[in-house]
Amino acid sequence: MENNYIPVADPGTSQIAPEEKSRTPFQLALGRFLKNKMAVASVFILFIIVSAVMAAPLLTDQDPTKSNLLLVEQSPSAEHPLGTDSSGRDNFARLLYGGRISLIVGFSAMVFTLAIGVVLGAIAGYYGKLVDAFIMRFADMILILPFLVLVLVIVAILNKVTIGIFVTIIALTSWPGLTRIVRGTFLSLREQEFVLGAKAIGATDLRIIFKHFIPNAIGPIVVNATLMMASYIIVESALSFIGFGIPQPTPTWGNMISEAQSIRILQNNPEAWIPPGLAILVTVLCINFIGDGLRDALDPKSLER
Amino acid sequence: MALQEKELMQGTEQDVILQLANVKKYFPIKGGILKHTIGHVKAVDDISLHVFRGETLGIVGESGSGKSTLGRVILRLLDPTEGEIYFEKQNISNLTNRRLRATRRDMQIIFQDPFASLNSKMNVGELIEEPLIVQTKLSKKERTAKVTSLLEKVGLRSSDRLKYPHEFSGGQRQRISIARALVLNPKFVVCDEPVSALDVSIQAQVLNLMADLQDELQLTYLFISHDLSVVKHISDRVAVMYLGRIAEIAPKHAIYHEPLHPYTQALLSAVPAVDKKKAREKIILTGDLPSPSNPPSGCPFRTRCPKVHDVCSQVRPELTDQGNGHFVACHLYK
Repeated sequence: MENNYIPVADPGTSQIAPEEKSRTPFQLALGRFLKNKMAVASVFILFIIVSAVMAAPLLTDQDPTKSNLLLVEQSPSAEHPLGTDSSGRDNFARLLYGGRISLIVGFSAMVFTLAIGVVLGAIAGYYGKLVDAFIMRFADMILILPFLVLVLVIVAILNKVTIGIFVTIIALTSWPGLTRIVRGTFLSLREQEFVLGAKAIGATDLRIIFKHFIPNAIGPIVVNATLMMASYIIVESALSFIGFGIPQPTPTWGNMISEAQSIRILQNNPEAWIPPGLAILVTVLCINFIGDGLRDALDPKSLER
Repeated sequence: MALQEKELMQGTEQDVILQLANVKKYFPIKGGILKHTIGHVKAVDDISLHVFRGETLGIVGESGSGKSTLGRVILRLLDPTEGEIYFEKQNISNLTNRRLRATRRDMQIIFQDPFASLNSKMNVGELIEEPLIVQTKLSKKERTAKVTSLLEKVGLRSSDRLKYPHEFSGGQRQRISIARALVLNPKFVVCDEPVSALDVSIQAQVLNLMADLQDELQLTYLFISHDLSVVKHISDRVAVMYLGRIAEIAPKHAIYHEPLHPYTQALLSAVPAVDKKKAREKIILTGDLPSPSNPPSGCPFRTRCPKVHDVCSQVRPELTDQGNGHFVACHLYK
């Protein structure tokens, strides 16, 4: 009699067909990220901003640092699409070149913080005990230093702040947050069976950290790195606005807005300060949306299946 | 002392691969404002035993009896508080991590949870290959060949090499864990409840696979489980643990047919029997497992023992030989 109820399995195949494409954890995360419309749109917009900033010499032939005191506070014209500032410099060129500085400051401060934070957090979380106590108390000491006062003091001592010094100050004062996150993640990973398994095969500490801990801690690290970058762009703008950031004539979005400290420009030349303000707003929003998207995509709880 | 000598003597008859001498593992309990040690959890309390080459020694006990801790101490994943561990006649209980690395080639572990014991960021090939990278100088090609042959040996396909753990079921994952543990051709494998997370139908498959591999590769197993029928299926000898100590250790048929220790008798009576005639009268234990941080004086089982008498609270019973390799720690047997 014919069997209509029980599907007859082909003896050569099991549940998973051999042709089925295998998806790596990275591909799974990418799939989840692409489902997040805001995050994808943000990547797109950020890409446009970054390319415009990188292609600045192609988009304008004006020099962003060249003053022309005969052409101060001009309204928009064909030659100066966004007019000129109080020193007669082209606002459009400054917007593009300034974006370079703002993004570079945000990005390099993020990378620098990441380097310190991940290394110290990894050591503290992996070795625990005395090493951990020492690093975390040191982190606590850094955390209580008031960032703003520290910057003011350093600027006062050095007289002139370069991008390098500025980035260093940010990184040296803001690594403790990331260190805590990495340490916490490592502490929880330390108790996992697969880490014991790695020890059982005789893997070295370095191998365990780089092959087992960091790939499993990459989610929180990446998410926090993006959010850090956004906040560093704001920090740069805020400090430049009050005159303690990257000094003139180097353009940044922050010190372009500081033009608006003059009530005359604030009222009469909105084209001078609205674009850099918008640029900061859009960039930071985009980075934050991307961070949120990454958080959902890399959440270890959704990694199973 | 007499016990140790006897055990050692018995050990010379057969080839002993692993011997434990008075192994203890105490976890400190920290408390107070200054976080000083206010007590100890005696997870493994003075255990001496030996494992013969090629056999399967089953370790059974309730949750919290210290059986998993014992397995981890043997592999030095936890450092023993006291006592010596001899593996292949070499004392490994105080080797440095660096010197231990060479020994780790020969002893491996299979964990209980097939979901937590595999790094989800590595594919199956990388997972099985890792021990070879750490322990040998084989070329990439040789490693891949080894991985492929092992995958087939544990009943997976060589094309599974590029897949990730999340694409497999629990039973398949446990097969991956077995392949990873066996890729270095170890002599001794600690199986820490390897099937208790699996469906019953899959349990049998995995157990049979493990038994086949044992014959083929001449493995020695230390098989930890709380499931008496699983242990009966796979073991040659069985040790019953209670509160960090061994209550009874004997060849399998002796444990299952003539259990001596009241605890073993109670455990076996709780196993559901298919045949009504064979069903034992149930011995219901009262009370909970006492805290291992504050074990009862004398015999640790006396608080729940149906046959308790005066001496039990005063003198701690030692393992005594009842003949034919049957040892029991109980005052009823002298």
